[in-house]
Amino acid sequence: MLHLTIEFSGGAELLFGNVKKHQVELNNDTKWTIRELLVWIKDNLLKHKPEMFLQDETIRPGILILVNDSDWDLLGNLSYELNDNDNVTFISTLHGG
Amino acid sequence: MAHNLTNSEIERYSRQLIIPDYGIESQNKLKSSSILIIGCGGLGCPSALYLSTAGIGRLGLVDDDTIEISNIHRQIAHDENKIGISKAQNLADRCKALNSLVKYEVHNILFTKTTALNLIEQYPFLFLSIYCTDNVITRYLINDVCVLLGKPLVSGSALKFEGQLTVYNYLNGPCYRCLYPTAPPAHAVSNCSDAGILGPIVGMIGSLQALEAIKVVAEIGTCLNGRMMIFDGFDFLTRIIKLRPRQIETCLMCKSVLSRENLTKKDREEILENFDYIEFCGVSNYNDKSINISILSDKKRINCSDYKNFTESHLLIDVRPKCQFNICSLPNSLNIPFDDFVYNEEKVVENIRDKLGNEKSIFLVCRRGNDSQLAVEILEKHFNDKEIKDLIGGLQTWSKEIEPDFPKY
Repeated sequence: MLHLTIEFSGGAELLFGNVKKHQVELNNDTKWTIRELLVWIKDNLLKHKPEMFLQDETIRPGILILVNDSDWDLLGNLSYELNDNDNVTFISTLHGG
Repeated sequence: MAHNLTNSEIERYSRQLIIPDYGIESQNKLKSSSILIIGCGGLGCPSALYLSTAGIGRLGLVDDDTIEISNIHRQIAHDENKIGISKAQNLADRCKALNSLVKYEVHNILFTKTTALNLIEQYPFLFLSIYCTDNVITRYLINDVCVLLGKPLVSGSALKFEGQLTVYNYLNGPCYRCLYPTAPPAHAVSNCSDAGILGPIVGMIGSLQALEAIKVVAEIGTCLNGRMMIFDGFDFLTRIIKLRPRQIETCLMCKSVLSRENLTKKDREEILENFDYIEFCGVSNYNDKSINISILSDKKRINCSDYKNFTESHLLIDVRPKCQFNICSLPNSLNIPFDDFVYNEEKVVENIRDKLGNEKSIFLVCRRGNDSQLAVEILEKHFNDKEIKDLIGGLQTWSKEIEPDFPKY
């Protein structure tokens, strides 16, 4: 199994029943990239408002994805292949001040 | 070494001057630098106070807003006696009382394309902290002007228990637009007056903005360019994340700056002029505070005084979140948070059917009269034999026009 920690912060957790941290296990018969993970999250964790999470098959603008505390853009974006025990965090950008 | 500090300055700044990694050299640089703080609220107050006491040469303060009592729990330079006074002016006065050696410049203006370029141009270093508006448009605008002028931008933001801090457009680090090439949908953005904010969170982020600004100016230490601090004060978690480098291929602003040599003032003005911020951010204007929407026709709405005189038996539903309902509510109102309408429509309808009895009318109320309209639209589908209306302007208007003793928040 592929073990992942999935976290939400900056308000993104509101889409997931206000739960910030999720431990998930995925069947690793096939390879998992962020692309597949996003769809899995939408189908399995997301409580409502899919359009507030995904847009045009990628993350919606204003949410930054981190893998092990690195910007996913440094790792190949949607094509990043997930490893066992990866931490994937979704951070909604804050605007208040 | 040669420096331009007077004896009284040496005494005043002595406790920072004797830090080996800071020293008189850093103080010298601070004294000959200028910083512009955009937003004199929760973040701007601590950052301005610390930069002023640290001995920055010149401090510009921008804000077009005035002080309200609901600002004071977090905007620590403002006090009870200054309600209604300009935030920028009051912050400058407070800073001046702490350190009169600094040159203060007050700008009571709203940031727009025209004002932004001229203003930021006058400040060698820049330091951002936006006051409490869901003002995505200002963030992009300030970022773009900084990129066009090649100025670093110390950026802080905070909401509820959380804060974020980074330095944009500095060395090889990304700018705001490199990180967020597309603006978030306008309805996905919340501000302090809607979502709430705790004082110590902005206090901490604002203080750290001052720290980063001092380091950028003094050219010491390792700044947060290319990294971002994410702080969750509720569970006390801090993480420093690694960001992508500057996106010279894809970032609209970085690309346009790097593809041309020696941008002139006119070039910069043109680049800004050609970019439609209002369309890009999907908002209606530059001062996008809490928006009041109007989606229902007049006959589906009732104003506060007509509601006050409405004597027939009816069901009043308050659609605010529970934590707001607990602060204050109208007598006999039933709390069904608007989120439940959206996510558990069937359950809500069932609940209302139970409570409804013989009443012919359902009235919906919220804080400002926005969600209540949306709730009317949802209920209309299920109760077509009832009169369903929203209370125009919500409890804020009720408090203003009908019941002055009703709490304002």
